[in-house]
Amino acid sequence: MSKVRVLVGTKKGAFILSADGKRDKWEVSGPFFAGWEIYHVKGSAVDPNRLYASQSSGWFGQMIQRSDDGGTTWAPVGNKFAYEGVPGTHQWYDGTAHPWEFKRVWHLEPGLSDADTVYAGVEDAALFKSADGGATWEELAGLRGHGSGPHWQPGAGGMCLHTIILDPSNAERMYIAISAAGAFRTDDGGKAWKPINKGLVSNTIPDPTAEVGHCVHHVAMHKARPDVLYMQKHWDIMRSDNAGDNWHEVSGNLPTDFGFVIDVHAHEPETLYVVPIKSDSEHFVPDGKLRVYRSRTGGNEWEALTKGLPQKDCYVNVLRDAMAVDSLDECGVYFGTSGGQVYASADAGDNWTPIVRDLPAVLSVEVQTLA
Amino acid sequence: MLPQHLRTLAGLGAGVSAEVTLEVGAPVTMRTVLDALEARFPMLRGTIREYGTGQRRAFLRFFACEEDWSHEGMDKELPGAVAEGREPLLIIGAIAGG
Repeated sequence: MSKVRVLVGTKKGAFILSADGKRDKWEVSGPFFAGWEIYHVKGSAVDPNRLYASQSSGWFGQMIQRSDDGGTTWAPVGNKFAYEGVPGTHQWYDGTAHPWEFKRVWHLEPGLSDADTVYAGVEDAALFKSADGGATWEELAGLRGHGSGPHWQPGAGGMCLHTIILDPSNAERMYIAISAAGAFRTDDGGKAWKPINKGLVSNTIPDPTAEVGHCVHHVAMHKARPDVLYMQKHWDIMRSDNAGDNWHEVSGNLPTDFGFVIDVHAHEPETLYVVPIKSDSEHFVPDGKLRVYRSRTGGNEWEALTKGLPQKDCYVNVLRDAMAVDSLDECGVYFGTSGGQVYASADAGDNWTPIVRDLPAVLSVEVQTLA
Repeated sequence: MLPQHLRTLAGLGAGVSAEVTLEVGAPVTMRTVLDALEARFPMLRGTIREYGTGQRRAFLRFFACEEDWSHEGMDKELPGAVAEGREPLLIIGAIAGG
């Protein structure tokens, strides 16, 4: 019988939640790396026992941990992230030039054809690649070298490269997103990059339709239709049907189009999930109600999913990497909150139950579907 | 002496003594001690000193013989009592954060 393994990163350690295909009884293991911030944990699609975790601390800096046995044991691997050449400057919050400084790894994206290949999205924003299982890291410097780097600016959470999407149909194509610079695409394996922000409108920046400067929160893609991208921008849900060359808004009837997460159903490329958040100054769900919104039409028309979720006195947030879907026949959807709950739905969002209620604040959720 | 998180990271276990004994040739300085520590425990590279600058991470402090050595520079010789192993060199994390 199939199994699922949910990988949870929190403010104070990592946890692994395991269940069989019914997804009704869960085993919880952890905390791993207790006391450290775990921004992201993700498994390889090539070798599901190969996991990578980003472990960081304001005291001791950045570590990368690797497991070769599905998370039972871990070992630290390489943690040297050196920008290529003279790093230069980006804009600081006040518009002055600020030197590029490495702070942490936000996102780890294992390669699709080799378990030893893994990409790291870091703050201050850059993309690194390891081809030796995380032992050594090399910057894909063409991204920062695109020319717009001096105009990038941090969002409230820092200037982070938080989204990495590998195109399963084209090994040379990759997408990344940065707060607050925008989305970028490479078509040559990471050597050259172009901003793909046409159609985004951000009224809080000097030029609302600028080529870069948009606070993109997350981007999602369905593997069967790699040219269709969905984006949760700071405000606005956006859609592109041409690999990011143009975007149009699909926020539709959402109660608010601010938020962080966005994800796509495993088998229905037009079924999307978001969790609307009240505003950029009030980072919690509106009206005290935790509601996942689902669109079965690729955006614009949204329905609230509430069964099993608290509908009064709830004021949690759901961060950008804290939602994932499994690939079982009936698609499972998972998300974690700033209040330490991890919710699961085994029926594509119709019904929800908490797997755990009292973890530290959840930073990321990934799921592996195991044979 | 190492903070608990670094002992765990080095595989020493949280419950063991915080003290690590190192053989360090002269001169015994913060730099040579940390070089020896990182040679024995490579996973600690980057956790006490920043990559690139080689400087002490901001939320860590060094103490020797009841004196703060955090700002003494990496190449100043440590007290004889530390070099001879009679007194510990303390690496301490700031009491801060949530």
